[in-house]
Amino acid sequence: MTDTARSPRAHAEMTDTARYWLGLVAVVALLGIAPLVLPEFWRRFLTEILIWGLLAMSSDILIGYTGMVSFGHSAFFGLGMYGTAAALLTVSPPNLWLGMVYGLAAAGVVAAFVAFFATRLRDIYFSITTLVFSQIFYVVIFTWTEVTGGENGLTFRQPAFWIPGVVEARFTPVTLHWFVLAVVTVSYVVLRRITQSPFGMVLQSIRENEPRTRAIGYAVERYKIVAVMLSGIFAGLAGVLYAIQNKFAAPDFVFFLVSGEVVIFNVMGGMGTLVGPVAGAAVFFLLRELFSRYFTQYYLIPVGIIFTFMVIFMPQGLLGFARRRLR
Amino acid sequence: MVYEQILIQTVNGLVSGMILALVASGLTLIFGIMDVVNFAHGELFMLGAYVGTTTLVATGSFWAALLVASVLIGLLGAALQITTLRPLLGRDPLTTILATFGISLVLQNYALWQYGPVARKIQEPFTGHFRLFHLDYPYYRIVIAVLSAAIIGGLWLFMKYGTYGIWIRATTQDRVMASAMGIPVPLVHTGVFAIGAAMAAASGVLFGPLVGVNHAMGLDLILRAFIVVVVGGMGNLGGSVLAAIFISLAESFASIWVSPAQAVIVSFVVLILTLLVRPTGLFVPTPK
Repeated sequence: MTDTARSPRAHAEMTDTARYWLGLVAVVALLGIAPLVLPEFWRRFLTEILIWGLLAMSSDILIGYTGMVSFGHSAFFGLGMYGTAAALLTVSPPNLWLGMVYGLAAAGVVAAFVAFFATRLRDIYFSITTLVFSQIFYVVIFTWTEVTGGENGLTFRQPAFWIPGVVEARFTPVTLHWFVLAVVTVSYVVLRRITQSPFGMVLQSIRENEPRTRAIGYAVERYKIVAVMLSGIFAGLAGVLYAIQNKFAAPDFVFFLVSGEVVIFNVMGGMGTLVGPVAGAAVFFLLRELFSRYFTQYYLIPVGIIFTFMVIFMPQGLLGFARRRLR
Repeated sequence: MVYEQILIQTVNGLVSGMILALVASGLTLIFGIMDVVNFAHGELFMLGAYVGTTTLVATGSFWAALLVASVLIGLLGAALQITTLRPLLGRDPLTTILATFGISLVLQNYALWQYGPVARKIQEPFTGHFRLFHLDYPYYRIVIAVLSAAIIGGLWLFMKYGTYGIWIRATTQDRVMASAMGIPVPLVHTGVFAIGAAMAAASGVLFGPLVGVNHAMGLDLILRAFIVVVVGGMGNLGGSVLAAIFISLAESFASIWVSPAQAVIVSFVVLILTLLVRPTGLFVPTPK
């Protein structure tokens, strides 16, 4: 009896998971085919959305899952860029993987530093502290001209795609898109797995009720530090990709307005969903394209108004809104 | 020689500290009363300076500009509070950061659109100098510091003795109880936001002659104001004033040896140390 009772449910669960993976494969396949079909401008647009989407996903770990709004993700992103620049400029011949390692290491060190101090504080104090930290790195990078190039930043040559003994080829826009897509997809799967792991559950319980989580016996501070570092490293990965795509590192990307945009992606797409922030990034850049036609460089006026209204009337974001509608 | 420099920088630090205190006290007042971290405060400061420039061109009077800017931006603040922050009352304070961040983007880009990227100059109301060691020190800077102190002092007196000030303090202590005693709490919130906005505008006009008015001047200031508010203890008026002076002095002394851009790092370090040693703020009594 019990066997026959259980098996249909198990079956239904399996198809649910199968449907999820099928959906993911379909979306990734579509994104993979897209650059072959799209014109130059939109291909580049799509690659950038993937990179910004990864950055938004990384901050969703903090904003959506742990309930800590970071206004300092530009620091991790920017340090990822500068780390990559350092590797590509100092080591010859330029090596793609070494660039990634340097970038991730730089972002990781900064994330550890920020995490150590900022996680002592909660709510808005955390937000302000992360904001101030990102500005520290901005000022250091902006004024330390001999090393960082100051206001002009650093430019370098794009490294070739290289797997020892298998392939060595220069990036074309299409292969670069595939490379970015692969990195972002793997990051998404890893982040999703993390949020569903026991560790991710503890993070969500911190978001829901921190004193109770502590009372149960979890070392909340340690979890928070790891969460900030994890988030920072993935943000650094986004910075690495952006540096490789654009062949430069510039202080503008460490400035806190970038962090603000990341928060906008999260709010627009839907916090705590991982996919939502990516959608949010896509919507933000589409809105920017749309409004740039009418408002030229002042597109942030209508986008800011839409954002403010979404905070008030649609706090669950587009994805949350769509989900609620579907139910 | 070094002593003279230190003395000059002390005066400079006190002057910029008073401006910063004026901005920060508006910020901390708004936070203390409604748990709103006003990200748009720097933009209100910047718009105040712009309204000041236009009024100055139209009327030729600096004092009229100061008054008109304060009143207009105060009204703008009230309108912003009613349209965007009132619906958020009772939600997580974090949502107010997000909403006011959206507002700040709109206001900043509006200013860029309306006034263009070229910095404007506010003519100082008087141009006299006095001799401070080897420097000709402008009187106007001293006047700014005194005026800022007067505005903050006026606010303090109002909060202490004015009927509406007592309403504001009652609302800070217990929102529900205040409303049970017949205090129109939503109106108090709007009023406080308007006062904070007007103070930001006034400091914008006062500060305008020193730096030139441009659309990004709010960004730089809001960050330092945030640091001041955290170091002084969020929602603590006296603490904010002390912290503003303390941080400005520290930055002035640092800029004897390093460039002003790098001197900002000193205030960052002050913030980090504060967070490590006393996360509730340097100038508040130890919480029980």
